[in-house]
Amino acid sequence: MIRIIMNGSPMEVEEGTRVLAAAQDAGVRIPTLCYHKDLCVAGNCRVCLVEVEGQRALQAACALPVSEGMTIRTNSAAVRAARKHVIELLLSEHRVDCLKCARNGNCELQNLAEEYRVEEREFIDLGLERSLDRSSPSIEKDDSKCIRCQRCVRTCTELQRISALTVAHKGSKMRVDTFFGNPLGDVVCSNCGQCVSRCPTGALVERSSIDSVWSALDNPKLHVVVQTAPAVRVSIGEELGCEPGKRATGQMVTALRRLGFDKVFDTDFTADLTIIEEGHELLRRLKAKLLDHDENTVLPMFTSCSPGWVKFLEHQFPEHLENLSTCKSPQQMFGALAKTWYASQAQVDPENVVVVSIMPCTAKKFEADRPEMRSVGARPDVDHVLTTRELARMIRQSGFDFGKLEEQAYDTLLGTSTGAGVIFGATGGVMEAALRTAYEVVTGRPVPFRNLEILPVRGMEGIREAVIPIEGCLPEWSFLEGVDLRIAITHGLANAWELIEGIKAGRLSYHFIEVMACPGGCLGGGGQPIPTDMEIRLERMAAIYEEDRQMPLRKSHENPDVQRLYEEFLKEPLGEKSHELLHTHYTAR
Amino acid sequence: MTTKEKWTRLQQQQGRVRMIFEEVDCAALLRKAISLGQESIIEWIESSGLRGRGGAGFPTGRKWRLAAAQKADRKFVICNADEGEPGTFKDRRILEEQAIKVCTGMALCALATGAREGIIYLRAEYSYLLTSLEETIQEFHLLLKKLDLPFDIVIRSGSGAYVCGEETALIESLEGRRGEPRNKPPFPVEKGLHGFPTVVNNVETLVYCAMIIERGAEAFRRLGTKDSQGGKVFSVSGDADIEGIFELELGMSLASFVDLFGDGDTKAVQVGGSSGHCVPRKKFDETVIGFEGTPTGGSMMLFNSSRSMYHILHNYLEFFEEESCGQCTPCRVGCQQLLRGIEAIKKGEKDAHYLQELLRLARTMSVSSKCGLGQSVANPFISIAQNFREEILY
Amino acid sequence: MCTKLIPKGSGEPGAGREALLPRLQEIHRQKRWLDADDLLEVARDLKLSPAIVYGTASFYSFLDTEPRGKHIIRICRTIGCYMKGKDEIIRTIEVRLKIRLGETTRDGRFSFLAANCMGWCHKGPAMLIDEEVFTELTPQKTLRILDEFIRERKVRA
Repeated sequence: MIRIIMNGSPMEVEEGTRVLAAAQDAGVRIPTLCYHKDLCVAGNCRVCLVEVEGQRALQAACALPVSEGMTIRTNSAAVRAARKHVIELLLSEHRVDCLKCARNGNCELQNLAEEYRVEEREFIDLGLERSLDRSSPSIEKDDSKCIRCQRCVRTCTELQRISALTVAHKGSKMRVDTFFGNPLGDVVCSNCGQCVSRCPTGALVERSSIDSVWSALDNPKLHVVVQTAPAVRVSIGEELGCEPGKRATGQMVTALRRLGFDKVFDTDFTADLTIIEEGHELLRRLKAKLLDHDENTVLPMFTSCSPGWVKFLEHQFPEHLENLSTCKSPQQMFGALAKTWYASQAQVDPENVVVVSIMPCTAKKFEADRPEMRSVGARPDVDHVLTTRELARMIRQSGFDFGKLEEQAYDTLLGTSTGAGVIFGATGGVMEAALRTAYEVVTGRPVPFRNLEILPVRGMEGIREAVIPIEGCLPEWSFLEGVDLRIAITHGLANAWELIEGIKAGRLSYHFIEVMACPGGCLGGGGQPIPTDMEIRLERMAAIYEEDRQMPLRKSHENPDVQRLYEEFLKEPLGEKSHELLHTHYTAR
Repeated sequence: MTTKEKWTRLQQQQGRVRMIFEEVDCAALLRKAISLGQESIIEWIESSGLRGRGGAGFPTGRKWRLAAAQKADRKFVICNADEGEPGTFKDRRILEEQAIKVCTGMALCALATGAREGIIYLRAEYSYLLTSLEETIQEFHLLLKKLDLPFDIVIRSGSGAYVCGEETALIESLEGRRGEPRNKPPFPVEKGLHGFPTVVNNVETLVYCAMIIERGAEAFRRLGTKDSQGGKVFSVSGDADIEGIFELELGMSLASFVDLFGDGDTKAVQVGGSSGHCVPRKKFDETVIGFEGTPTGGSMMLFNSSRSMYHILHNYLEFFEEESCGQCTPCRVGCQQLLRGIEAIKKGEKDAHYLQELLRLARTMSVSSKCGLGQSVANPFISIAQNFREEILY
Repeated sequence: MCTKLIPKGSGEPGAGREALLPRLQEIHRQKRWLDADDLLEVARDLKLSPAIVYGTASFYSFLDTEPRGKHIIRICRTIGCYMKGKDEIIRTIEVRLKIRLGETTRDGRFSFLAANCMGWCHKGPAMLIDEEVFTELTPQKTLRILDEFIRERKVRA
């Protein structure tokens, strides 16, 4: 242990602790901007300056490790003056346009300006003109609001290993940029939105679809249906005054009805459907490989629900596209069914059906826009995608008190779901849901885990793996008897990269891999409330598993409306109709 | 004094030092060092009182000792030949004339610290030296082989970035990154190039190390003052009768310096380049050139009364605005504000009080920037703005 | 202090990254500037993201990522050369080559750029043409040097 003196009080902290963390232990909050708990320390913004006795210069608390006898002052006159100067400097290079900014009210720079009472801005406005890049369907980049903290760049490099964003040039010309300044829509960006989630200001925000959704809702001719992704119900509350981890499914459904949606459906329904299709695809691949020794069949199979992951693979590892399940994501299965099966069931003209989805994700906006995601006519199956943040904004605009809303249930047909659907929102959830179904299909028995909870696939480790021994197969699956099913789960694209490199090098070998682009899976998605950090992710994760436990049905194949869908419309998994509506192909980029 | 008299006096004063540009038998020197052994080499350098000649002035012996104490599979010696400080050109001349002694200094550091890999980081502006340096290094490698010294030197080029003279930025650049200074600690002697203990020494420092082993610590220590021991190579330019490179004792007063080099009308001297201090005429007598007074990495630029100090400051600020790495707020934005600020005052867009605001900002930059570059922008700004207020304001 | 979200041991992309600057310098020596294809090729060889390669190159003043002529003239604009009259030399070159500072001649022979201190303050004004240094410039001397370069090109062409 190291003894230090923090603001006059002696304390002991572990060796290697940074001053920022030590101060937090002592109950002192030091302001930060470039620091983010998920990322490596940069020490760039210089907002977290503290005074250390014996040192001429102030020190960045985020970067400085404690040392024996260190005497630290976090609130001296020198510290306050320097911090205020730093904030003023940042404001002078930031296009201060708070009233019109998407981050107004949730901007770290704005908060600091308020805290330090930066009232009269003495410094010269460095005259940044608005420079909006709206080339990406998911993310908007406005350099004139950038404060060069590089959180986005570190996110893109450290967590996602993409480096679509980089720091370019130096001095006063230094800026966050893409390759040769190309538009964000034309570079290797996965659209995951993790940069948006970590931007302290409004320099990176999602492309908003709020206006389009309002005008659809306002048009009486249109039949507007909405689907809500599994992870939204456990995070929407954070935007509307609730603590992280609040399960707000019922209130959210009520809110959506009040906003004017004609039907409120659940992406969990098509998550269940995905499991049936993807589970059978896995079994078919296993059969082709293990029984028929088909050389054209590729294993391991990768999940394909995460559009950030899919685009990442298309860019970085096009040679592995065959590994991707051909299943569309639950969002897109929903869109396809809403405009076909549902439209005929509800007796509405598919042309008048507008599908809106509420997603924890910015990449879903890109996915909905993909040309191959059009089952009926020229319009996309999913017309508009809103992030969790955008839905919360619409609810705020409507003025009703979210906390006091009654809890209502989803509409049936495309709104019926099981616990297996809801756990899609957490890393490992797709794998767990798939195992609950596939194991039972093969053996006729439930997965051998207490309460169906397959704990080895859960958690936050970057790469998790498990072996599921298959015993007591039903006769038609006898070729799987005694097979050890090797599975892996990963989240965050840097981890996915590691995993693929391991497979390429022959170090790792699996049958089935779940990949989610965002750390924590969808619950940590780029469209989720800001801030998102590890504590908040864990709260959301706990809420998702709690939601699963509360569901009467917890296996996808037990979903009665999914069963009905097959009986009345699809006929069989991987059948003709499925191929037409629920499966897709990928493009090397 | 006439220019001729000045030259005569200068010869005398240079004669007291004569180390950097003296020919020595490097093979004999290295043999001597080998027989001295690691500990004695470090002790000699420590007791000589040598401090880094690049500008920061860290005691060289202590740096070597810290690196020597590290246990690591690899260690590096880096010769910092990224001489970019405006007004400094002595390292170029040393590399032109005494490259073999630079290599010898690096080998001494290797002996002292256990390093086996040496790198000369040569600024892009000096690329024309590459061929001759490569030849010298080849020759030196033969010598090392003869002496059975397991050490190897390679040259790596910079690509035009002043900030790479900062040792951690230099290391980042060697690793193939943008030359952005690192957070310290850890210092390079603990975790430097590729995370291994690394000594970064200036060209001149390394040659002095060689001369200390050649002539003994005492020969070095007796020169200069208590706090600024030894000689120093000065780069003299500007409004001077005599310009060029001169090796003189540290600790002389600026007044006698101006007597020697000035054109009789010196109104200010910029000591230490753009990151140094501007000393006005009235302070020449009280200013000591050395670590106890006004330190310099060697740059001495003289200004006579025909010069506008506004334009000089403006030129410095343009330099910093461009050469800041841009990563930290105080330096990136502060440099722009100082530059735009004096322009606005000059144009009358801001009133005279705004200079006070800028001075406060400069003080903040000096304590809040991440590296020495940003911290030292305040030196020319404050010293010029305070001493030549009228020229800035009107 | 990296969190567990970041994979252990993987660090940053591009393990052989120290080869990056020498590669870029070599290309620059040959053709005086780096275009997108150059950077993409280097990125692929070193398994780096193209954006990282671009971001790194654009940091360095001598790794031009904009089109440049066969010869790059870099005139020192820092204090010593400023005091010794670099502005007059700039005008001389501008008039002779019929371009402004920062531009490239239409025939693609010369780019004319400003650079920071190149270590010849006592012999200013100074300029670099490619890797060659010219000092104590006067308008006449500058014209002579330029003419030599122009003639030499003609002879070779």
